[in-house]
Amino acid sequence: MNDFFSAFADDLPQLRSGLWVTLEATVLGALLALFLSFVLGLMSISRLLLSRGVSRVVVEFFRGTSLYVQLFWLYYAMPPLTGYELTPLLCGVIAFGLNYGAYGAEVVRGAINSVPRAQYEAAVALNMTPLHRMRKVILPQAWVQMIPSLTNLLIQLLKCTPLLWLISAADLMTAIEKLRTRTGETLTAYVTLLACYFVLAYALTLLMNLLERSAKRRLGLASGGGSLLKSRSAVTAPAAGGAR
Amino acid sequence: MNEGFDWNAAGDALPLLLQGFKVTLLATVLGTLVAAVLGLAIAVAGRAPTRFVTVPVKVVMEFIRSTPLLVQLVGAAALFTSVEPLTVGIVVLGIHYATYTSEVYRAGIDGVPKGQWEACRALSMSSRRTWQAVILPQAVRNVLPALGNYAISMFKETPFLAVITVQEMVFEARKYGGDHFAYTEVFTLAGLIFLVASYPTSLLMRKLEKRLGH
Repeated sequence: MNDFFSAFADDLPQLRSGLWVTLEATVLGALLALFLSFVLGLMSISRLLLSRGVSRVVVEFFRGTSLYVQLFWLYYAMPPLTGYELTPLLCGVIAFGLNYGAYGAEVVRGAINSVPRAQYEAAVALNMTPLHRMRKVILPQAWVQMIPSLTNLLIQLLKCTPLLWLISAADLMTAIEKLRTRTGETLTAYVTLLACYFVLAYALTLLMNLLERSAKRRLGLASGGGSLLKSRSAVTAPAAGGAR
Repeated sequence: MNEGFDWNAAGDALPLLLQGFKVTLLATVLGTLVAAVLGLAIAVAGRAPTRFVTVPVKVVMEFIRSTPLLVQLVGAAALFTSVEPLTVGIVVLGIHYATYTSEVYRAGIDGVPKGQWEACRALSMSSRRTWQAVILPQAVRNVLPALGNYAISMFKETPFLAVITVQEMVFEARKYGGDHFAYTEVFTLAGLIFLVASYPTSLLMRKLEKRLGH
């Protein structure tokens, strides 16, 4: 075990760059996913049949084909088919973004639909334009509803980043795998890796709790101080996200 | 270089992929069973009257739920080399998803009206009989759609098993793709097979959810 931690100290630069790759994939993937969630989610509540249809097809497609297959398709299957080759990190970002964007679209749709109907009617009665209505009345309320489910999706996205190891991006798992093969300390290596992920997940949860608090405060809703440190509840995601 | 889609290779690989698909299905079904049973056990343990039980259960669950399945799989496979990879895979998948299903059960159990517990106490039923005859039959019916959703999501994560050399569909796809230089064909097919298998299931779950009024 001592061997492992001295090797750990030696490999610190690689581990740091691995952690950086993992974080980069998580954050960029999450941003792409968030963007797609809103685009696809808003399209799915549009009055136009075409826009609803396109959103439905895209969402079902990216939810229905496994993330694993999507990632491998981008990495192995796209280059011979199209002639374009993406870096492993970019493959990861795109695959995570598309996959979780599809799940997020359902969250956005559900949250917007859960804003009471009377709010729409009041905004119409006040003669607000559709854009104004969405921006000032509907979205701020829906956003509070979305955050817990989006947090769950974000943690799931983080938990998928070890897949990068399989397409030879130099992520955190790659760095620790190297350490493991060198020192032969299987148990210590994997427990360390799991602990790293746990800390990352908890840190992201705390950040999202802060976000939820500020969103609630903007609506004038009180949230207790304890809510800042609470961990996630697994049950909110499928409830708000609909069928996975 | 643009080689296009080789239909011959696709036709060639399809039987192999379907062969692997059987293993994918087997792992999903058995993994779901493990998750459904273990999740229920965790949910019941989480309501134990003493904190010496509930706190450790909660901590372990939170840890398993917040860490990547892939690392858990690879780690377990490296530690239990003498056990067959498929068995390791099913157990790890089952445990991972049990941490999610236990929350579902918890919500289901909380959803049983309080009067039911009180009635059981009034009839001086044993706690075992209270769970068996009154609480669980009501709770389980409410949670079935949510359990189904986790089964679908587990189905889409079974490709992770390929990493620990379980010969399921994606394992076969990677092998065929590497041997014949036909990654495009096999991964496109694998994706389509997933789509064809999971879309009707999620439609069905949606219908079931609507019928149960969720």
